[in-house]
Amino acid sequence: MPTPITNNLARRNRHSKPDRADRLFRYLIYAASGVSVGILLLMGWTITGHALPAIKQFGWGFLAGRDWNVPDLKFGALPLIYGTLGSGLISLIFAVPVGLAVAIITSEDLLPKWLRSTVAFTIELLAAVPSVVFGLWGFYTLIPILLPIQQLLHAKFKHIPLFSTEPSGSGLLTAGILLAIMILPTVAAVSREVLLVVPTYLRTGSMALGSTRWETIFRVVLPKAFSGIVGGVMLALGRALGETMAVTMVIGNTENISPSIFAPAYSIPAILANTFAEAQEDIHVGALTYLVLILFAITLFVNIGAISLVKLVEGGEK
Amino acid sequence: MLLKKFGRLTTLSVVAVSVFGTQLAAWANVTLSGAGATFPQPLYERYVREMRKAHPDIKVNYQSIGSGGGIKQTIAGTVDFGASDAAMTDGEMAKVKGGVLLIPTAGGAVSVAYNLPGVKNLKLSNAALAGIFTGKITTWNDPAIAQTNKGAALPSSAIKPAVRADGSGTSFIFSNHMSAVSPAFKSAVGASKEPKWPSGFLKGKGNPGVAASLKQTPGSIGYVEYDFALKSGLSSASVQNGRGQYVAPSLKTANQALADVQFPANFRAFDINSAQGYPIVGLTWLLIPKTQKDPNKAKAIKTMVKWMLTSGQQFNDDLNYTSIPASVAARAIAAVESGVK
Repeated sequence: MPTPITNNLARRNRHSKPDRADRLFRYLIYAASGVSVGILLLMGWTITGHALPAIKQFGWGFLAGRDWNVPDLKFGALPLIYGTLGSGLISLIFAVPVGLAVAIITSEDLLPKWLRSTVAFTIELLAAVPSVVFGLWGFYTLIPILLPIQQLLHAKFKHIPLFSTEPSGSGLLTAGILLAIMILPTVAAVSREVLLVVPTYLRTGSMALGSTRWETIFRVVLPKAFSGIVGGVMLALGRALGETMAVTMVIGNTENISPSIFAPAYSIPAILANTFAEAQEDIHVGALTYLVLILFAITLFVNIGAISLVKLVEGGEK
Repeated sequence: MLLKKFGRLTTLSVVAVSVFGTQLAAWANVTLSGAGATFPQPLYERYVREMRKAHPDIKVNYQSIGSGGGIKQTIAGTVDFGASDAAMTDGEMAKVKGGVLLIPTAGGAVSVAYNLPGVKNLKLSNAALAGIFTGKITTWNDPAIAQTNKGAALPSSAIKPAVRADGSGTSFIFSNHMSAVSPAFKSAVGASKEPKWPSGFLKGKGNPGVAASLKQTPGSIGYVEYDFALKSGLSSASVQNGRGQYVAPSLKTANQALADVQFPANFRAFDINSAQGYPIVGLTWLLIPKTQKDPNKAKAIKTMVKWMLTSGQQFNDDLNYTSIPASVAARAIAAVESGVK
């Protein structure tokens, strides 16, 4: 039946101006992208406006200031930047290896298909759990599980700065682990998709040259998929840096910079969630919105870093 | 049970309608929007629901966005009334066009709750309490605690203070009281919605967060709203009032303390260190701009305040908020009647 369809198309083209719909569509696309960029600019403008009193008063020193003192209205962002980046980094340390493992297992034919799709589906279901549920689960379930392990590590390796604080349950490590569980589906799902689209001829070629399965995975498939995996990891890190509810419940909410991962810390989204509603003085609100700008900048740098990393690796391959 | 309740409500609304019925007839429907403090939110929700029965023509939307937000929106004029559990400062009041009235609606007690298995009826002197929350007293068997708890099996384990992570009126009430009774506390921590606690304290979000920390951690001590401490089944310590008596928190003792407070002409009462009753109590206020754009709204606000400070006060008891003493309520109603236009 192909002939009538062709005729139809040809007729329609003849009767209408060929590029009117085309142009309309193009404008629609422009408008849609314009709106999304516009919203971002508007947000940036409003936030900068609110942050101005704090920017004027503290300047760049805000980034290095270690004191967050509301009664005296003295603010410094370093402990919050530290808590945000620290918890994000810890979450990657746990989520990337596990997420990649899940992606490899579910994209290779090592397991029967029904089992693979069950595992993949279950992991992806994690992404649908609301973050407040993760937070409550983290507080009531994860902390009691992690606390004895943390106490054991503290008792045995007190002299190592990493474990030097007496654990209270909430802290940087707990927040990092909870975040790792939350971003695991992103890392796993994106990496899996990327691994699945690696061309078959590369695998078969590698196998034909005598590589084992593991050599094929680690030397051919993973390098080929690298840029896609980095993209997925960055997406996940973005979620980790901006996560609010769950982190608030387990990070300890104390402006603190400590070499110990058991020590309580504080992240930028958490302090916003906790204190913005009751912030009264302009300079306090300003300091909090200044933090929002810093979070913007951190996310931007993370993305730029990811793009440079991908370019660097791809450039090296050629 | 249901029938009885229904009967009571009908009686109530019949009485109310007969009292206000004449005024009601002259009105169109009015919607008042208010925003502010989270602390009285359950109470205001109840007020709104119950007031609908007496005044079906007035609809009130209350959003609990926080006291800071309530003050800002009152200044910006985006709401018909605000609410805050830290009264506005003179500077903030000056920013409201046409002036603003602060009307106290309720108060609340803050309990000092602790988790110390085997120790009941803990008594804490002002010195002990200040020592604990400035990080100076670190073990349960410290002489300052032992002195007032003879015979109690106080362990030598560490004290783990638990405080609020979020900016809150509860933190303000507690730290404000502590600053009033202890100069050491005032200089080290200070009275604030976000006091500068020593490092190492457990920090939970909201009353539930602090209560959960207390329940999970033996040896911990913290402060939570009285109602919340009661419902969570936490043990609460007795603390010293202005006369030096040890008083346990209860609605009765909190009301006694409020009855003792001298309310100034602008109803801004902060330093509640009363001689009688339970001393750690605070108030929450409605912020009412004196100049209302719409005369119907001005009328509706007068009716709302009058209802809240008379019929409404019975619900304060139900929800474990303290009531405003009748004489103060009468003064506040008069201030709104003559002040709001």
